[in-house]
Amino acid sequence: MVQNRPILDLVSHLVLIIGILIVALPIWITFVAATHDPLRMTQAPIPLLPGSYFWENFVTTLFGKGLSGAETAPVWRMLFNSLSMAMMIAIGKIAISLLSAFAIVYFKFPFRMGFFWLIFITLMLPVEVRILPTFEVVANLGMLNSYWGLSVPLIASATATFMFRQVFLTIPDEMLESSRIDGAKPLRFFWDILIPLSRTNIAALFVILFIYGWNQYLWPLLITTNSDMTTIVMSIKQMLESAEQQPEWNIIMMTALLAMIPPVFVVIAMQKLFVQGLTETDK
Amino acid sequence: MATIKLENLIKTYGDVEVLHNLNGNIEDGEIVVVVGPSGCGKSTLLRMIAGLEKITSGEISIGAKIVNDLEPADRDIAMVFQNYALYPHMSVRQNMGYGLKIRKIRKQEIERRVQEAAEILGISEYLDRKPRQLSGGQRQRVAMGRAIVRDPQVFLFDEPLSNLDAKLRVQMRLEIRKLQKRLNVTSIYVTHDQVEAMTLGDRLMVLNDGVVEQFGTPIELYDNPETIFVAGFIGSPSMNFIPAEYTTKGISLCNGKKLKKNLKYKGKISIGIRPEHLEEDKKGNINIVTQMVEQLGSNSLLHGTLQDTDIEIVASMPGHITAEAGSMVSFSAKETNIHVFNPKTGKRLG
Repeated sequence: MVQNRPILDLVSHLVLIIGILIVALPIWITFVAATHDPLRMTQAPIPLLPGSYFWENFVTTLFGKGLSGAETAPVWRMLFNSLSMAMMIAIGKIAISLLSAFAIVYFKFPFRMGFFWLIFITLMLPVEVRILPTFEVVANLGMLNSYWGLSVPLIASATATFMFRQVFLTIPDEMLESSRIDGAKPLRFFWDILIPLSRTNIAALFVILFIYGWNQYLWPLLITTNSDMTTIVMSIKQMLESAEQQPEWNIIMMTALLAMIPPVFVVIAMQKLFVQGLTETDK
Repeated sequence: MATIKLENLIKTYGDVEVLHNLNGNIEDGEIVVVVGPSGCGKSTLLRMIAGLEKITSGEISIGAKIVNDLEPADRDIAMVFQNYALYPHMSVRQNMGYGLKIRKIRKQEIERRVQEAAEILGISEYLDRKPRQLSGGQRQRVAMGRAIVRDPQVFLFDEPLSNLDAKLRVQMRLEIRKLQKRLNVTSIYVTHDQVEAMTLGDRLMVLNDGVVEQFGTPIELYDNPETIFVAGFIGSPSMNFIPAEYTTKGISLCNGKKLKKNLKYKGKISIGIRPEHLEEDKKGNINIVTQMVEQLGSNSLLHGTLQDTDIEIVASMPGHITAEAGSMVSFSAKETNIHVFNPKTGKRLG
């Protein structure tokens, strides 16, 4: 709408600015806290302007032993663990659901709809509900304290399967018929036609699933006992509890700051495709 | 190059039979247009020939080979779809070359054939564009290019022009005809548009409710329609039908007027006269009460009802005419232009 209403402009800007401030303030505080020395962080009032210890904290956090007194892995290790887990979950989920959606949409086999509904029903069973049996299975398979154990139990996705099913249903049948006449076998069609046509949806889903994987807390907490396998999200919480002394806010906040970077990076890198994937209807 | 043979083709969906015992031979290099109203089974027939639909019973052969159980890719056919079915993520070049690439043909050969086809169709300059950057007519050409590069034995067209605007349709119709003659590839073309069918086909197969009503050249169909359905379907505006009776004295129309024609039949008949075969004749026996006149420029269409009845009649008259609503105009028709049908079976009597 192109209208010249200065008061309305002012009000909308004001609302937006207040909104940004509310969202940004905690992040700012995190950043500020990560730039001070531990002593300053214990004094009230908490600082609102950055200090001069950013690099020092950065190096200590990333490569040091973490908190003094607690035996945690260096944060780069946690970042690596989290990244591996999130990537395995996101890529695994996308690969599996693409294939299952392909099967459900393009192949006729007995109980096809039955399988579809079975997959769909698992939406009602998130990790938290099935956590005991899943733990049992993972433990028996010897996957505790491993990347497989972190990712495999979370890798099936009804949501993604359902979404890809919907995407495939919008692709006209002529596309399949035309490729059949061109001589493409099913997997060729899948690879040459379906995947490129779902590219934006895959990107959108990747963003969502990566963040889902990155933010996993309960499951990694259960199955990782070895400090080399801890993920960054769970260790932030551990850092708060572990030390018997004062929490070292500068280190904790630096860790939190580092934990935020990969998801932000993924969102920014994929933003264009992400928006296209959620809004595009033209096939 | 190949002939196509359809023998006793039957197609059922569940309990519903949509094609009933269909037969026909398509000669080498011929273009046959399958025409009929929507739901008559014409697209189903084409898709059965393409291998996209299973054949319930009967046989289809292309060349000397029975293709019933062959995959579409192994039938040596190419198909042009109504909505073009171009791959949106591939450039025109890739779209045209995709079938060849799958067949593992060498890159240079693919490139050569794509260039050649693009030149024939006049789309050389669009080769690197994506389908969405092209207009409807250009996409249509690409879809045809994709068929040409494969150099198949048979082209199948499934209403390829129905997404184009009227003017472009006329132009593309001519181009398809020229192209088909130039490449001399046996072709089957499905459409519901009878004008398209008449102009494009060497022969027409008129399909109605899964049955072949008539299979012949456009002129045969126009001059000697075998059934009421064909008579009404071919020609625009469509034929006028008047219930009548045949006695030894000739045809007696339902309003009592007489027409001359020799027939070996007695009893109730239905006569058909094309609008363009009604000639204004003061002494004529076909009297029409005018309702309105449509001016088309080169000719005029007079809409009215047969005197003393409410049977609607259209007469096409040359030039510009004026006729008041309610006034009566008399027409006659040559004996050869009066078609007689059995109203019960719909078959031609003479």
